[in-house]
Amino acid sequence: MSDAITAGGVTAGRTVARRARRGASYPNWFYLPAAIVFGVLFLLPTIASLFFSLTRWTLFEANFIGLANFIQFFREPFLVQGLINTLIYGVVTSGLKVIIGMLLALLLTSDIIGRGYLRAVVFFPVLVSTVGVGIAFVALMHPTQGMINETLAMVGIKGPAWLTDPRFALYSVALVDVWKGVGLATVIYMAGIVSIPQDYFEAARIDGATAWQNFWAITLPLLKPATVTVIILSLIGGLRSFDLIWAMTRGGPGFTSDVIASVIYKQYQAGFYGLSTAGNVVLFVLVALIIVPLSMFLNRNEVER
Amino acid sequence: MNSLRRYLVGGTAIFVSVFVFLVPFAFIVLTAVKDRKSAATRSFDWPTSWHLWDNLVQVIQTRDYMLVTAFVNSTILTVASVTLLVVLGAMVGFVLQRNPSSRWTGLVNFFVLAGLIIPPAVVPTIWVMQSFGLFKTLHGLILIEVAYGLSFSVLLFRAFVATIPKELDEAAIIDGAGPLRLFFQVILPLLKPVVVTVIVVQSVAIFNDFTNPLYYLPGKDNVTVQLTLYNFQSQFSTSYNLLFMNILLITIPPLIVYLFFNRQIVAGMTAGAVKG
Amino acid sequence: MALSMTRRALLAATALLSVGFGPAFAQDTVTLTYLVDDNPTNVATSEALKAAFEAENPGIKIEIETRPGGGEGDNIIKTRLATGEMTDVFRYNAGSLFQALNAPQTMLDLTDEPFQANIIDSFKPVVTATDGRIYGVPEEAAMGGGILYNKKIYAELGLTVPKTWAEFMANNEKIKAAGKTAVIQTFGDTWTSQLFVLGDFFNVQAAVPTFAADYTAGKAKYASTPAAMAGFQKGEDVFKAGFLNEDFGSALFADGVRMVATGEGAHYPMLTFAIGGIAQDYAENLPDVGFFAIPGDDAAKNGLTVWMPAATYISKTTAHPEEAKKFVAFIASTKGCDARSSANGATGPYLIKGCELPADVPAAVADLLPYFQQDGLTAPALEFLSPIKGPALEQITVEVGSGIRSAADAAALYDEDVKKQAQQLGLPGWD
Repeated sequence: MSDAITAGGVTAGRTVARRARRGASYPNWFYLPAAIVFGVLFLLPTIASLFFSLTRWTLFEANFIGLANFIQFFREPFLVQGLINTLIYGVVTSGLKVIIGMLLALLLTSDIIGRGYLRAVVFFPVLVSTVGVGIAFVALMHPTQGMINETLAMVGIKGPAWLTDPRFALYSVALVDVWKGVGLATVIYMAGIVSIPQDYFEAARIDGATAWQNFWAITLPLLKPATVTVIILSLIGGLRSFDLIWAMTRGGPGFTSDVIASVIYKQYQAGFYGLSTAGNVVLFVLVALIIVPLSMFLNRNEVER
Repeated sequence: MNSLRRYLVGGTAIFVSVFVFLVPFAFIVLTAVKDRKSAATRSFDWPTSWHLWDNLVQVIQTRDYMLVTAFVNSTILTVASVTLLVVLGAMVGFVLQRNPSSRWTGLVNFFVLAGLIIPPAVVPTIWVMQSFGLFKTLHGLILIEVAYGLSFSVLLFRAFVATIPKELDEAAIIDGAGPLRLFFQVILPLLKPVVVTVIVVQSVAIFNDFTNPLYYLPGKDNVTVQLTLYNFQSQFSTSYNLLFMNILLITIPPLIVYLFFNRQIVAGMTAGAVKG
Repeated sequence: MALSMTRRALLAATALLSVGFGPAFAQDTVTLTYLVDDNPTNVATSEALKAAFEAENPGIKIEIETRPGGGEGDNIIKTRLATGEMTDVFRYNAGSLFQALNAPQTMLDLTDEPFQANIIDSFKPVVTATDGRIYGVPEEAAMGGGILYNKKIYAELGLTVPKTWAEFMANNEKIKAAGKTAVIQTFGDTWTSQLFVLGDFFNVQAAVPTFAADYTAGKAKYASTPAAMAGFQKGEDVFKAGFLNEDFGSALFADGVRMVATGEGAHYPMLTFAIGGIAQDYAENLPDVGFFAIPGDDAAKNGLTVWMPAATYISKTTAHPEEAKKFVAFIASTKGCDARSSANGATGPYLIKGCELPADVPAAVADLLPYFQQDGLTAPALEFLSPIKGPALEQITVEVGSGIRSAADAAALYDEDVKKQAQQLGLPGWD
């Protein structure tokens, strides 16, 4: 800033003044309260744990072993499978949440009967605890007595063993994840849709635009912030998600629906604390490698617009 | 406009919703009123005998009215942390979106992502909490929930601050508003829809949180609602009727929050529409 | 305005609360906190112990706190010990899980307490840490790992209790031919899948007496020891022969208990503590359930793999060591056994001297006791002889038992898992 001043000139001085004013209206100390809580209770322990990723750590004592945990983690027999499963799970759940969430939001903001009821039921699963949802669907997806397969049997279809057939387990859990989480995506989209100024649609109607053109030219572009939010949140959620997987299959049968987060959690449960911390570092790098470029890309477009 | 379409689309949606959303819910309710043995088969059928009241009383009385204590604790925890999350998160989201040229922006963005991605390190966190006298205290857990929930709130707020025209700020600044007045009197009221979203989502998440209370708030008197599920479910034996009754009971508060704020969402939306 | 009011109200509320949660004005009463896992039969035991102890010691109150079981429970115990936040008294597994707790730094040494004289010697090694000191007392009865079977089906088909694996498979064949489920598996609770491997250890030790020591030293492997691999093979055999219940992948432990009690299935590989569950939910079927050890190849060497029960320990950070020891001494007395029997009935032999089982024990317990009454018919499970138990065993045995992986492949995979655990423990000979 001092460079700008010595460079002199009226324009530079004005820029400085405006900058200073902007700084005054949007002061950095607004970050401070959040930064203290976050820094002390999240960053500090996280940084401490980075050290432990280099140790063999029993919680009672830690021996420095260099990068051995990382080497061990990459040798985990089901890591590659877990990696593939993680990507599948993240993409399937976030993709479905974006599409279904947007469609539901359009439906629930349009003029239909039973709108209040529908809004309530779509959001209801978000309110139920993951444990409860997991237990209920494990029962509903039971291969012989489960309601889903009993219903299919009535129309002559022999339903698969949703959660115990290695080919279906991961996708079954992903579907339940979408069932549980789509209400949130819908609400974010609904908030986005109603904040679109009505005069755009007025103008479009005067121009004789069809509903499809309205959607394509007005709704979809203006929903971009909502879409970005939904994608980022559900992709991150999906990539590191494991509580539902854990509640429903525990990564099974065997290791077939393991994702990276559940592989890490199992190390943690086994008491391999250093190893699981190393796994968390790996997961962080992986998710960051996917999310950071994606979010930069999505946000850049937003700024351009 | 087109009333036939209105009924057709709405009717179809209602029909589908019955299967997709109501049936699983009905399963939970029906199981909750069965006796222990017939609930154990976990089949979807009409109860042979009704035990609504018995199960309800038993769930509430279990382990010295643990559920009641849990409701009190969880309510305080949820209200306090969500309030902090809204204020602190909105402050960060506001400055982050409005002042992108600040040298802190990059770092803050990085921390927001880090907070979303990195799972918390339990034992070092306990050490930190112990050294500040926060461990095993409700306010300690409140701060933990705030720290863990901030990233999500900031992300939502940042996205929606972008939809507020900057001209509003400038008008207020010209009127001589300082940053606090600008934020609390101009911006925050306009963020109402997203504030409501954050309240609903975070209060559900925190009310339903189970790992953090388990580790950071141990002790019989410190129990929170999700931990009461363990009374009826263990590795070896599960009383599905009582478990599902418990699930139903602890779903009621989030449901009330949602039903209450659902109107607010609609109200906020209309306000936005008029303004636009 | 509204905001600041809510906040003030909240602060007041939290302040009130922290006062409310402060220590109650204690006169001369000491309150001991007591952490137990949430298995209902164990909670019942703890409640019975609490009631009996408080009646005898009016100055001491026991406050029971529950925690989840399984791996989550292991983490809670370790976290609370490592951060100095453990309850005064707590219940936890003996054997390899106990060895991971660093007892000398976290628990009170109970070696020189007079009540040690009441405890049967065979229990002491499984709660002895590396420093040679004893840290716990047995809280439950000993258990056997073997096969619960339905006596009605056996009577109906004229079957006899098998002494060899071949006889067992022949019985299964007849049961299957009669249109019944021969073997119940409940992989919905993955831990139940390990019984064929873990419960086969008597047979392993009979064939290779040095296996436990060699295994701990990294010299003996499952994949290269035929007797040890047999456990995996057994899981594969029953699956391949089509003996399993149709929903074996999703069924839960509670389903298995129901099936073997009501005759929906003939055999259920399980620990004998399940008898407590049958007594609770299917009391009228209790006489129909019997028990035998997992058979090996040689009828002359037929014996039982035994599980030591969980123990009670005292945290080093307790403020009331004397009262805590009083409670532990009570647990290790015949009065403690009586309290347990009153809560759950008899599930197996107690490890406290002078404790008698009631005369009318359930049929399966009656089948269990003879193994203990003669020398050489029991062997402790491997987890009580070696600190190493691979954490992924239950997933691996699910894979073998569901036909996803072959027994040989599984044994090799488990050896890798064991290696990781041994390295983590820093044992010699594994690097």
